Amino acid sequence: MKAATTRYRQQRLLSVSTQFAEPAAVAASELARFFRAGDLVVVNDAATLPASMLAMHGGRALEVRLVQRRGPARWLCVLLGEGSWRDDTSNRGAPPSLDTGSILAVGDSLQARVTEVSPLGDRLVTLQFSVGEHALVSALYTGAQPIQYSYHDRPLPLSWLQSPYAGRPWSVEMPSAGRAMTWKTIMALRKRGVHLARITHAAGLSATGLASLDALLPFPEHYDIPPETIEAIGATRQRGGRVIAVGTTVVRALEGCASERGGLRPGEGDTSLIIDRNYQPRVVDGVLAGLHAPEESHFQLLSAFASPTRLANAWTRAVELGYQNHELGDAMLVA
Amino acid sequence: MNDFKNKSILITGGSQGLGLALALALGQQGARIAIVARTDGPLETAITTLTSAGIEAYSIDGDVGDAAGALRIAALAHQALGDIDVLIHNASTLGPIPMPALADLDTEDFLRVLQVNLLGPHRLTRAIGGNMLLRGHGTIVGISSDAAEAAYEGWGAYSAAKIAQDHMNRIWAEETRDSGLRFLNIDPGEMNTQMHADALPDADTRLLSEPATVAKAILGILANSALPSGSRVSASQPGGLS
Repeated sequence: MKAATTRYRQQRLLSVSTQFAEPAAVAASELARFFRAGDLVVVNDAATLPASMLAMHGGRALEVRLVQRRGPARWLCVLLGEGSWRDDTSNRGAPPSLDTGSILAVGDSLQARVTEVSPLGDRLVTLQFSVGEHALVSALYTGAQPIQYSYHDRPLPLSWLQSPYAGRPWSVEMPSAGRAMTWKTIMALRKRGVHLARITHAAGLSATGLASLDALLPFPEHYDIPPETIEAIGATRQRGGRVIAVGTTVVRALEGCASERGGLRPGEGDTSLIIDRNYQPRVVDGVLAGLHAPEESHFQLLSAFASPTRLANAWTRAVELGYQNHELGDAMLVA
Repeated sequence: MNDFKNKSILITGGSQGLGLALALALGQQGARIAIVARTDGPLETAITTLTSAGIEAYSIDGDVGDAAGALRIAALAHQALGDIDVLIHNASTLGPIPMPALADLDTEDFLRVLQVNLLGPHRLTRAIGGNMLLRGHGTIVGISSDAAEAAYEGWGAYSAAKIAQDHMNRIWAEETRDSGLRFLNIDPGEMNTQMHADALPDADTRLLSEPATVAKAILGILANSALPSGSRVSASQPGGLS
């Protein structure tokens, strides 16, 4: 399947439902058709940070990618060596090996100290930046770039990598299922009597450059579930509506919270939940996601909502129809 | 009923003139305020003024006329304020001063005026309005001008940008009809500010309104829930649509 690379192509949607034998292929702008009054759509309103920075250590250049916030101006990061985003992440050179206490010069104006080297791999380090939290976010927007992908031939502007309703700058990569939720679609859903709710979830990295680390993805991710969202989910259950998650990050946050904390609780938390075909969803009834091949980890998550056979057939159908994938690509509704 | 208590409000061009006056007036009603301005000095002074008045205020140094800057401003505003209830596009530039006739104005300077006065508001509304829409409510204000209606020599770039901002907001109001988003274009009238002095150095300032007075009128406009989205209102005639 080809990666979508242009901004204004009309996004397409494949609706995979147990109600129908064949998936329905429509324009993504028709999304509201598949919802009923009383359903609830939950989105992740995290904005995507510029999470990639160039750094220097001992005269050597390296790339730093943020992974997870660990505290004020403190981040778990992955280091990448020779090459650039134009190379597949797994083909990047190894970064220099750092020790606790190593100092990096990051971008033009920042310094960062290694406070921990992960036992999982020495390219996974915790960095304490030399400025406060607000100043760091400010510096990221001034000097860092969004993480870029080798299947594009040019860098994507940060503005292309935001959900239409993005708020707090929490994600290091775009939770791209949100692209289908345009302002127009949000209004169309509401007009049909569909309710909307949100969480904020820090979507993490999709690749580390090292196969043994990639096998552990997704890493634990931080989320914030507002009390209103919990109330909305409860009310939806009461009236027999469905809870549909926009994106795998919403599934992870809601199911993670429910299964790791003995039920849905409002507030912030971290989830390590990895969802596969054997997982029994407790909260979420369906997912709007991008298009994922059977070998991808997101496919495993979707298998908790539809049989792998049904999903694999949908993938084949999407390929036949010329659907495109990745950040600017098409969408699939499993509900 | 206090409309502004605990509301979060982002004001561009908030370190002086009308922007600061709005920050003070809204803050005194209990709103939490973030102000954006380009230069640190006036921004720090403004924050001191606001916090001394007991107002919860945050400063964001940034240029709305810069593409990358707009996302940074939105991110810092969301980080400081959380959900944003009101976005006031007040920052604007006259362009070169003394203000040249259109034939003498370098088009690159015209472009800069458009970047700040028109495209900055587009960028910021895109970056902030979507989250408002998701939550089902929010107000977006474009500060307009008499120059958007009358044709004054020397005011070509500024006027073109202002009338374009008005119309963009009217169309945006159409596109978001019944969504809970409210777009308002507000003409503040002529005020005794640095911007006015830059544009019209010989004006008799006794004839100009004080920003604090205009800010108070604007609060009344914002609190008027009867005004339909897409309305254009004059601060000197707050009850009447202009």
